[in-house]
Amino acid sequence: MSACDACLRRSWLIARLAGHIEIAWSARRGHASLLTLADADLIAALGGAQRDALAEEHERFAPASLRRRCAERGVTALCCCDAGYPAPLTDLGDAPAVLYVHGDPARLQEALGADRVAIVGARRASAYGLEQARALGRGLTAAGLTVVSGMALGVDAAAHVGALEVDGRTVAVLACGPDVAYPASKRRLHARIAASGAVVGELPPGTLPRRWCFPARNRIIAALAQVTVVVEAGERSGSLITAGQAADLGREVAAVPGLVTAPLAAGTNALIADGAQLVRGARDVLELLFGAAALQLLPAEKDNRAEGLEPDLRALLARVAGGCDTVAALAGGANAVDAALAGLAQLELRGLVRRGAGGRYTVTA
Amino acid sequence: MPAVLARVVTFAIDGIDPRPVWVEVDIRPGLPAFRIVGLADAAVREARERVHAAILNSKFEFPARRITANLAPAHLRKVGPGFDAALAVGLLAASGQCSAGALDRWAVFGELSLSGALRPCRGVLAAAEGARRAGVAGLVVPRERASEAALVEDVAVAAVDDLRGVAALLDGGEAPPPPPQAPAPAAAALASDAPDLADVRGHELPLRALEIAAAGGHNLLLEGPPGSGKTMLARRLPGLLPPLTREEAIEVTRIHSVAGIGHRAGLASERPFRAPHHTVSPAGLVGGGRPPAPGEASLAHHGVLFLDELSEFSRPTLEALRQPIEDGEIVIVRGQQALRFPSRFMLVAATNPCPCGYAGSDRLCRCGEQELSRHRRRLSGPLLDRIDLLVTVARPEAAVLGDPPLTTSAAVRERVLAARERQQTRLAGTQLHTNAQLDARLLRRHVQIGADVRRTLAQAYDRGGLSARGHDRVLRVARTLADLAGRDRVKLEDVLQALALRTRDAAGAEDAAAA
Repeated sequence: MSACDACLRRSWLIARLAGHIEIAWSARRGHASLLTLADADLIAALGGAQRDALAEEHERFAPASLRRRCAERGVTALCCCDAGYPAPLTDLGDAPAVLYVHGDPARLQEALGADRVAIVGARRASAYGLEQARALGRGLTAAGLTVVSGMALGVDAAAHVGALEVDGRTVAVLACGPDVAYPASKRRLHARIAASGAVVGELPPGTLPRRWCFPARNRIIAALAQVTVVVEAGERSGSLITAGQAADLGREVAAVPGLVTAPLAAGTNALIADGAQLVRGARDVLELLFGAAALQLLPAEKDNRAEGLEPDLRALLARVAGGCDTVAALAGGANAVDAALAGLAQLELRGLVRRGAGGRYTVTA
Repeated sequence: MPAVLARVVTFAIDGIDPRPVWVEVDIRPGLPAFRIVGLADAAVREARERVHAAILNSKFEFPARRITANLAPAHLRKVGPGFDAALAVGLLAASGQCSAGALDRWAVFGELSLSGALRPCRGVLAAAEGARRAGVAGLVVPRERASEAALVEDVAVAAVDDLRGVAALLDGGEAPPPPPQAPAPAAAALASDAPDLADVRGHELPLRALEIAAAGGHNLLLEGPPGSGKTMLARRLPGLLPPLTREEAIEVTRIHSVAGIGHRAGLASERPFRAPHHTVSPAGLVGGGRPPAPGEASLAHHGVLFLDELSEFSRPTLEALRQPIEDGEIVIVRGQQALRFPSRFMLVAATNPCPCGYAGSDRLCRCGEQELSRHRRRLSGPLLDRIDLLVTVARPEAAVLGDPPLTTSAAVRERVLAARERQQTRLAGTQLHTNAQLDARLLRRHVQIGADVRRTLAQAYDRGGLSARGHDRVLRVARTLADLAGRDRVKLEDVLQALALRTRDAAGAEDAAAA
């Protein structure tokens, strides 16, 4: 498995022109179609005064140095002429010439051989969103699927963490070189995914992300997965870009609903209103993919944690699940505060609820 | 001609401790001059002008000769205007304008106005204690601070208005009647117009937490969005605590007197509530400066220290609080001397749940994950280890604003008093007073728990949410909950409630989610 010179040159050129693309992207000058241009046209479109120098540099490019850099950083390059190149990416009009893989390419092969679900969403997610993303990551990989996401803060990272919790298959698509842990606070997660799954990206190793790289990365996520599930997205969220790209590629789009009043659910609720599949849990995603056969895929993990609960604790849990999430709301009077506190502590000890910001309790999924 | 013509006893205030100072005044022929020697600061040197004017305005004569005043002992740094009256009296006695015979029976303490009136000054209570320790029979003080001086037994207090009054007293006149004794603090507290829980609507959970904190002396962290009522609730905590005992009240008054905070009846009647702004310096919080003055932590002695916006305080400032929280006093070492400021207070801290303040509330939180984790980091650390209770304060619903109050301060205080009495009985013979002071060893002795409780705690421990220190904090609070319920034995329900009210440990569930 290796990449041909032409494809390496192409990906080198994109990294080389990243700054120029950034300017075009900021000015909203036909950036959407930029990556579909051939090398010479790309240089002509973006090079400006440096056009000739860039063309010459492009001519002189030595693939050997890039190959060496890949080898040094433990990154494998798969080009679109290679048999190992992920087939779903070819649906893209602007498919990346090279997909760089940090981690074992055989594991990427295996992960992409299974059914794939993308889980994307807000970086500033709420406790509810993080919980749902994590549960979806856990439930879908436990059913044998692969979870694809972008390793961003918030929902993306939670989805990866959920998958790793059950030793599931997960693929992270980065907006930078796949060996660069971005965001830096997720470097531990980056290492874990690289060790057990694969971290991929279209930019050569060592390349740092620019703003345009994130929507560009989203098209890879959308293309790799058969279903894109959006967990929490504001009205103008980048996750909606991913959902739109998935729809354009003819992939399924699904969304986890939220309160109609929650700003973080405005995007997802709008998707559902526009016909996206409503997702209440892993089961809904599996049904979307496999129809009735989904039931067999689900591991016999019935939610039996609530069983054996005393009736009053069960009632308390139901009220928390119903949105009555603070002690004040649960107590409903000065005398009941003690009982509510003790009950919530018991539910928390059994891992049924979790205390989040503002003293609000969330039912764990 | 004798070398020393007059000698007057007065006091320098060092920290909050009185040190006797002898003012010697020598008058001899020569060019007219007035010099003060003996390590005096600017305010003392300015005393020359005040003494000069005060003597003339009191219709005495200012001797046009060579006058030297010495403040002994010479090694002690003398600070402030408290020596004015003693200097003037010494000058009058040395020049024969008043009798010097009574000066071994009366010490003099006070600042002079140019008119000759005695102005109230700081540290009168400490000076009176100094008079008792020095074995002086009486103390002459400005009338406005006389009731403060009268708190000290065995010292006759003469409340005078001006320099003429002092001269008349020393010349053998009648001592003015002693000021009335300050009423007992308990009675005064009942009549107080302190903020009451009866003004609070909603806030069931914070009210319960205040009661627990008051009963066990636990430090408390209030977390909630801006405007949810954190400060309002904290202000009501002093009113839930047992009334000051006379000894406590005198300790409070002594510190406040040095800091220039006067109390209506001479004696502090309410537990202090101090709320320094988060820009306070370490010296401002725990005391210091030149000369060393008590800081907010000492002014809150026997009361409540409230730190609003805890995460905004600088790290050195918060670090400085460790000593008073551990030891109940602050030691400031300056030169060859160590000054001690008592500071045994209950700490109430308040914080927003996140930098923008709206995490978990009905409004959208604008903080990113990094800002949130930075906020959490700022809130962790040694100070949080000393806070037993964490409670969320939410803005009450509009609907409850018309409801009758849930409780009153008096009702809560009654339960707090009963719980404190149980603790006193249990801790009799030790230096400790409250459950909050129990360490791991004493917890094992005083908190008997059954197998069910042990199992629950082990479960909490295994889930990673509870550290060893957190374990002790939970037991302390559970002990208080049992005391409030009038039980000797700590039951499972106490421990469960304590678990729900515990402060989050660093390895919380949220961090695990962020991986």
